[in-house]
Amino acid sequence: MNGVHDMGGMQDMGPIQYEKNEPVFHARWEGRMRALAQAMWAWPQLNIDASRYQIEMIPPVEYLRNSYYENWFAGLTGLIVKRGLVTGAEIETGLPAKGSPKSTPALTPAGVLPVLAKGIVGARDVRVVPLFKVGQRVRARNINPVGHTRLPRYARGKVGTIERDRGVFVFPDTNADFQGEKPQHVYSVRFAARELWGQQAAPRDIVYVDLWDDYLESA
Amino acid sequence: MDTTRRGMLKTAMTAAGAAVTHDFAHAQDQDHEHEHSHQAVPSDPALRVKSLESLLVEKGLVDPAALDALVDAFEHKLGPRNGARVIARAWVDPAYKKRLLADATSAIAEFGFTSEQGAHMVAVENTPKVHNLIVCTLCSCYPWPVLGLPPVWYKSAPYRSRSVIDPRGVLREFGLELAEEVEVRVWDSTAELRYIVLPERPAGTEKLNEQELAALVTRDAMIGVTKVTLSQSGGPA
Repeated sequence: MNGVHDMGGMQDMGPIQYEKNEPVFHARWEGRMRALAQAMWAWPQLNIDASRYQIEMIPPVEYLRNSYYENWFAGLTGLIVKRGLVTGAEIETGLPAKGSPKSTPALTPAGVLPVLAKGIVGARDVRVVPLFKVGQRVRARNINPVGHTRLPRYARGKVGTIERDRGVFVFPDTNADFQGEKPQHVYSVRFAARELWGQQAAPRDIVYVDLWDDYLESA
Repeated sequence: MDTTRRGMLKTAMTAAGAAVTHDFAHAQDQDHEHEHSHQAVPSDPALRVKSLESLLVEKGLVDPAALDALVDAFEHKLGPRNGARVIARAWVDPAYKKRLLADATSAIAEFGFTSEQGAHMVAVENTPKVHNLIVCTLCSCYPWPVLGLPPVWYKSAPYRSRSVIDPRGVLREFGLELAEEVEVRVWDSTAELRYIVLPERPAGTEKLNEQELAALVTRDAMIGVTKVTLSQSGGPA
């Protein structure tokens, strides 16, 4: 989706606001929000791509105006309603619907540190033939899907070189919609900054973008 | 228009910083067709999250003790001190550095705070001729098992938008002016690969041991917005 989240290359967003000795969370609710999302990701009904997609669907004005964890709240609540884990009415009231079944939490306290040590794992241990090889010139496809994609707008139609084959990973565009993992190779693709931005970019500078087979064609 | 947009973003930034006082009134007076409903939910995000937590606990979807453990880990167990140990080891041990650059996932897992089956890590090396910078233009991807949760500025629109089109301008805002002949390499974390910068070891640190070196390594240097210096500044002036 050509949403406001895809902001690489946008201008006039203002100066970077640096905070010295920034705390991990600025308020207690931020920590609870972050933890709730992590705990809910343990449910097979959710996945990371769907979580990102849900946040991308926040109306652009709200997306920019909200703080980071306000967007997480909107994203998580939207997704768990969509996936049938809770209802909209339950979110509104904060109370379980009468007679609704009680589950057993998917993430236990003992599971917390192992989950955090793992981080987000998108790699899949399956054999898939790579469509491109290191050193090959490729063009990022000029696609504009209305669903989720991790091919940023600024790279579309641009020519780069396959720098590294990183292995086989879940394909976000289908996984975000629960249409299957469609595992395929991901490559770090090297784009000259001038290919992306023209002569205003420094001549030697490079932007690497990690792209899936389905995002690329040979050039 | 320019002023309005800036003003709006400034509000967003302030909200991100102060967080608690931001109100949700705007969400309530819009009648948009979204799965998430803002109606009849308390306007204060603290209350809304509290209400959500209580619902999910009641339904048995989350364990409150797991939430406590998560918050504790985010605040006290994860963090850039882990990454700093990796960097210091690479500075003092050439064989380790070689492993780190060849297979960062395994090399970092040697320390025990990440898993070899975990997120695919990549370490990129700064040299006098090459400077690396990490960003996630699409959301907020960040190597949290080694650096902890990302700072607000990393997740903010100004950094995400500008790092790819004007990395040298971004670095200048952090007080780092790079010579023209230095190649700037920006890594946009669009997939499930998580990057960490291996900064240059500063001159004058020959006598320091691994632990003392680790104390010099900042989060910002491992993102690539600053260099490691003997006098740890921790951010732009």
